Formats: sequence, structure tokens, C-alpha cells
Amino acid sequence: MNPRQELNYLNCEHTLRSWFLTTDHKRVAILFAATITMFFFIGGGAATLIRLELATPQGDLVSSDVYNRLFSMHGIVMVWFFLIPSIPTTLGNFMVPLMIGARDLAFPRLNLTSWYLFLLGGAVTLYALFIGGVDTGWTFYTPFSTMYSNGHVILAAVGVFIAGFSSILTGLNFIVTIHRLRAPGLTWYRLPIFIWSLYATSIILVLATPVLAMTLLLISLERFFGIGIFDPNLGGDPLLFQHLFWFYSHPAVYIMILPGMGMVSELVTCFSRKNLFGYKFVAWCSIAIAGIGFLVWGHHMFVTGQSVFAALVFSFMSFIVAVPSAIKVFNWTATLHKGWVSYDAPMLYALGFIGLFTIGGLTGLFLAALAFDVFVTDTYFVVAHFHYIMVGGMVTAYFGGLHYWWPKITGRMYPDYWARAAAILIFFGFNMTFFPQFVLGILGMPRRYHTYDPALQVWNVLSSAGASVLAVAYLLPLLYLGWSLFCGRRAGPNPWNATGLEWQTSSPPPKHNFPQTPRVQRGPYVYTPEAVAVAQNA
Amino acid sequence: MWREWIPFWRPGVSSYAGDIDLLFAGLLAISSLVVLLLLVLLVTFAVRYRRGSNADRDHRIKKTWYWEISWTTVTLIGFLCLFVWGAVLYLEVYGPASNALPIYIVAKQWMWKAQHPGGQREINELHAPVHRAVRLIMASQDVIHSFFVPAFRVKHDVVPGRYQTLWFKAEKTGVFALLCAEFCGTDHSRMTGRIVVMEPAQYESWLSREDVGGTLASEGAKLFRELGCSGCHMGQSTVRAPPLEGLYGKPVPLQDGSTVIADEGYIRDSILLPKSQIAAGYEPVMPSFAGRVGEDELIRLVAYIKSLADEGRPQR
Repeated sequence: MNPRQELNYLNCEHTLRSWFLTTDHKRVAILFAATITMFFFIGGGAATLIRLELATPQGDLVSSDVYNRLFSMHGIVMVWFFLIPSIPTTLGNFMVPLMIGARDLAFPRLNLTSWYLFLLGGAVTLYALFIGGVDTGWTFYTPFSTMYSNGHVILAAVGVFIAGFSSILTGLNFIVTIHRLRAPGLTWYRLPIFIWSLYATSIILVLATPVLAMTLLLISLERFFGIGIFDPNLGGDPLLFQHLFWFYSHPAVYIMILPGMGMVSELVTCFSRKNLFGYKFVAWCSIAIAGIGFLVWGHHMFVTGQSVFAALVFSFMSFIVAVPSAIKVFNWTATLHKGWVSYDAPMLYALGFIGLFTIGGLTGLFLAALAFDVFVTDTYFVVAHFHYIMVGGMVTAYFGGLHYWWPKITGRMYPDYWARAAAILIFFGFNMTFFPQFVLGILGMPRRYHTYDPALQVWNVLSSAGASVLAVAYLLPLLYLGWSLFCGRRAGPNPWNATGLEWQTSSPPPKHNFPQTPRVQRGPYVYTPEAVAVAQNA
Repeated sequence: MWREWIPFWRPGVSSYAGDIDLLFAGLLAISSLVVLLLLVLLVTFAVRYRRGSNADRDHRIKKTWYWEISWTTVTLIGFLCLFVWGAVLYLEVYGPASNALPIYIVAKQWMWKAQHPGGQREINELHAPVHRAVRLIMASQDVIHSFFVPAFRVKHDVVPGRYQTLWFKAEKTGVFALLCAEFCGTDHSRMTGRIVVMEPAQYESWLSREDVGGTLASEGAKLFRELGCSGCHMGQSTVRAPPLEGLYGKPVPLQDGSTVIADEGYIRDSILLPKSQIAAGYEPVMPSFAGRVGEDELIRLVAYIKSLADEGRPQR
């Protein structure tokens, strides 16, 4: 092979400058990936200490103040510096132009700016966490956060505030890119579902994040200048904060899970060699979730004393927003019907996602049912529920996507055996960690408890034991993926025999993605009998 | 009993807990069915249509919207039933309680203070009679706390700056855990207490054993004079202020034409924020007592003004 042909986005330039001042979406994606991986392990470290502490009912490993700082740090880092940016800024950043046949995102320099803002916000927050931390929980509830907390609330809030702008810029960039830069012939109904779901995600990023920015600003005003907004002693209203906070933070849940759903749609079709069942329904379900997701925030406040009428409306809307998610699960399942299903590592992650997301979603119905929420809200039932969605769902999908596109991103294959082992280990480790927490919830253990009733120890020990399995399972990919970078077998342009445009260019892709702009004549998942036969014999 | 068959479930002991346990059983049954159905489908498809199997792949489903409409409809109907079930019970637990015994709760970092109408006070404990509805009027002195009794299946946040009420009716004597469920700072996990549910006779003797100065209402009457409230609100005053006799529980017409029910929250707001809801026909001349009275004093004043409703005539 002619060495000139092998020039790709990774080996075309080697200077530091070519990385830190790059406008190539693929390199920016790598920068983001390195950054969020670091945050994932920082947040994971905090989680490890939390689970170690909770192995015994007394507070014996750390003091209560340290414990409170640990779970606050875990939440803040994982939500804003891992989950929200995870798929959009890494796999999304890398794949959106490739999947729609473009040379780059619409605003390459804005994309790089987004990374620098993220880095700055992350640095400020980490600084706050390491010079003494924050003890408010990731929710910053007032008036505790504004008038009573002795942590570095303002500094942490400033960090999150800055990172929020990174989210907004990324969202904006995706929206414009998807509208303007699609290859000729790539109509909306020929877009991969991953693109649809990132489009829906971007809408939420752009519309909801400013509300978070305002809320954090108001907190800083009250804490620093004593201007009464949320503290009743200053004439404010503590519930106003919760309304503002959840107006962002509930849609933020969909920022986290929608890309995961899109990811799984890609995996299920590719490894079933079939068009996605009910493509249009799945596509519009993403948009529906993004829209209805803005009208359910009050379900975090059923026991705060908001009006009973408001609670009824929010409960009703919460059941409605669950419908499109349920439809997606049915469609993924139906996609397997009469397909040619194979069990490569990405597919195992996808199947794991469907199982864990279903449990997370169904327990969401428990919480949407008003009277039951009164009983279990603010207990470990809630903790278990959202970890099933965020970690069981989102992180599993992220790993699935990473394994699916790894050959495209790096040009190398990882060892299949280890990848499957990790996928299975993550599934069981996850269930072992979080299923006992449902039980703890219905036995009445409140969340954010440093010490607890000794009668509940057995469930906590089970959960902590599961967490150690999960920790190993999350470290495994770091090892074999790292190994594959140097020693992995060359992947070739399309190792999965998948259909998307991203597989039509070489792996790793050249700097400008495609030698010439592709023309699109069919839908995203059209597996012709010949293509299936090729896959069969491969 | 059916409740003992739910895995890991401790049956609740309040009048309302049985309904919640049934709701849980219902949710659990429906969820298990859905999970089972999906599991069977996934495993069947995954095995039958694995790559390399020679199962029949012809006649794939073409009209997918048939299926989409059906499972959307079924899901929607199922969800609406669950919504109604949860909502009806919610209206019960957060609705009014009849013939309830009022007990005042003040939450602060990191303790629960309970005050009985007779003047008995306790910290991190609450004695209550069995088979009788107890209505809690709760206030917080600092941050948000949440009053949570798992065995009764009840919980309500205690948000500073307002009264919040919650009722329960214990159906079993015994000692039950009281927990704070809203993160409130360093010792959040130690802000716990006990609910001691007793037979009515025992409860009466507990009440009489406690050493009390006076009833809440009588202490409130003393405060009412000391703070100068009586100067305007009592009979022969030169300033025209609304009379407080028979006020509690009655509708009050306001200047802006609306009407409010004079509950504990209204009385509290009228003391702290007198300009916010002005009774029709009166000048807005009352000064605010915000910052001058704490939650403990407020409870006494409220209890006193409530007592005027019963007696019809102020104590002199």
C-alpha cells in the first residue's frame, strides 16, 4: 500500500499545537474523550469511597463532613463532567460529520472553544472540590447552599456555570450541522437514529442549560451579596430554587439518556442485519421525549408542599413521557425478529442496556405514581432508579458505542474475548451494586445517609461487594483498549459490515473525512441480501 | 396476609399503609410481567435468529405501524390506570384529616422538637395514641428537612418560612423510626427519632406525667399581651383591627376581593407578613413581627388564636 494513502487524522500532524489548536472535529472528540475519562475515574473514586464507608452502619472510614463532600463531588463530577458531555462530545463529535457525509461540524472553532470552556469549568470545579469541597449534594438545595453550607459553593457553581456554556455551544453546533451539512440525498428520514437522538439532545442543551446558568447565578448572588431570592429569612422562597433547578435538571436527564438510546438503535440494527423496526416512530419518539421532558420537572417535588393540583399534572405528564421510551424498547426488541443476530461485544452492551434501561424505566413508573413517591422519594429507591438509567443505561450505551466505533476511531480492533467478558461483568456487577439499593429504599433507608440502621447492613454489604466487581469491570476496557492502540489488529474500513456513511471511508478517517462527498440513495439501515450474505460468510 | 408475600417487604402499620402496600404490589406485578415478557421475547429472538441458524426469515413484518399503534395504546392505558391509582391515594394522604389531634413540630439542624397542645415537649421523640388521626403542623427553623416515618408510609418536607401539615393514623402500638429524608447538613443521618405509639389510656397517663408549664394556648395568650398584640386586637382598642374570636377555620374576605381560609398558615403569614393578605375593610397598619418571634413563639401564638375559635371569647 502506498504510504501516502495511509495519511489519516491521527498521523497527519504530530505537534502539540496540532492537537491543542485543532479544529478537526475528530481530534476535538479525542480531547473530550481524554478529559471525560479522567472525570469518570475521579467520580468513580468518590463512589468507591462512598461504598466502602457504607459497608458498615457506623461512620468509621470518614467523618460526616467528608462523606457529604464525597457524594456531592461524585454527583457534580459525574453529572456535569461525565454523563452530560459523554456521548455528545466524544462519539457525537467524532461521528456526526462522518454519519452525515460532511467534512467537519458547522463551526469547527466553536467546537474547540467548547472543549476549552469545558476544561476551564472542570478545572474550577475540581479546584473547589480539592481545596475543601462542597457539602450540598449536586442539587445545591437552598437555603442550605446559600446560607448554611460551609463548602466552596460559589466556586463549584462557577465551574458548572462555565461548563454549561460548553454544552450550549456543542448543542448549537450539532443543530446547525444537522440542518445544513447533510450530504446530497440525505433526507431527514434517511438519517441514522443516532443523529435524530443527538438532534433532540441538542435542542434540550440549548434551551435548558441557560436556566441552569441563571439559577447558579442567583445562588451566588444570595450567598455572596445576601440578596434575598431563596432564603425565607431574606424574603425569598426555597421552592423557587427547586422549580428553577429541576426545570433544567429534569430535561438534563434526557440529555443524558437520549444519546444512549440513539446509540443502542445503531447497535441493534447493525448486529441484527435489519432495518430498525418502526424507524419513524423511534425517530419521533426522541423528539417527543425532548419536548414532553420539559413539562415534568415538578415530579421531583411531590413532597415539598407544591399544590396538589400541580402534583397531579406533573404525575400525569411523567407517565406520558414514559410512553415514547417504552415504544423504543418494544421497537428494539422487534428489530431482532427475523434478523441475523450476532453477539459481538457492542451487541452485548446493547442488550445489557435494554435490560437495565427497562428496569430503570419501570421503577420510574413507581416514582411517578404520586402516593408511592411520597413513600420512597429521597430514599435509596430513587438512587437505584436513576443509577439504572444513568449508569446501567447511559454508561453501558457509551461503552457499546465506544466498542462499535473504536475500529473507526483508532483503526485497530480490540481483543473480542476481553471485550465480551467486560460487557458481561459490567452487567452483573451493575445489578449486584444497584439492585440491593431498591430493597434498601423500600426498607426506608434515606439517601445521603452517612450512618444507618444496622439492620440494613446486609443489603449495603451486597451493594458494596457488587461495586467492587463493577470497578474491575470498568477498569478492564481501559487495559485492553489501551493495548489495542498499539497491538490491535488493523480493522479496515468496515469491520462490522455496517451500512452507515461513516463506514464508507477509511479507518481511521482522513483529515477531511471523505475523498469526495458521498451521495445518499437509501435509508440508513438497508441491509441487502448480498450484504447479509457477506456478513454471514465473514 | 398477602403483604408478607412481597419479597423483602415490611408491611406498614398506619391506616393508609395498606393502600400503599397494595399499590406497590400492583406496580411490582405489572413491572414483573413486562420484564418477563421482554425477557422471553429477547431470549427467543436472540436464540432463534442468531447468525448461522436456519430459522425462517421470510415474510418479515411490513406494516410496522399496526404494532406501533397497538403497543402505544396498551402502554398509554396501563400508565393512565397507574396514574389514577397513585393520585387517588395521594389526595388521601395529603388531604384533610377528620377529628385529628394537632401536634406541632419544629425541625432544626439536627433535631426534631415536638410540642403537644397541652404544653408537653419532647425532642427526637413523638408520643401518639393508636387508632387516632394525628395532624402535624411542621415548621423549620433553618434549612429544608423532611419528616419521614417509613412504617407509616408518610413523608413531607419541612420547608422554612411556612407551615406544612401531614397526618397519620397508627394502627399498631410500638416504636417506629422517624428519619430526616432531605439532606440538611453535617449530621443529616443522625437527625433521627422515635415515634412511640401507645394505647389511648397509656397516652393520657404519659401526657399527665410530663412536667408542663402551661398549655400552648395559655403561653400564647401571655405572649399575645407581651408583644402588644392585645393592644389592637382586643375589645376596647382605639385602633380598628380585625377581631380574632371565632377566626380559625373560617373564610376571611380580603381587600382584593378574594377569600382565604384562616388556617395555621394564614395566621402565621398574618403575623410575619401582615401586608401580604389584608382583611377587607381594615387599614394595613399592622407591623411585621418577622425577626421578633421565633418558630416556638409562633406556635404558641397560633395555638392561642386557634383556641379563640373554640371559646368564642378571648381569655383576659
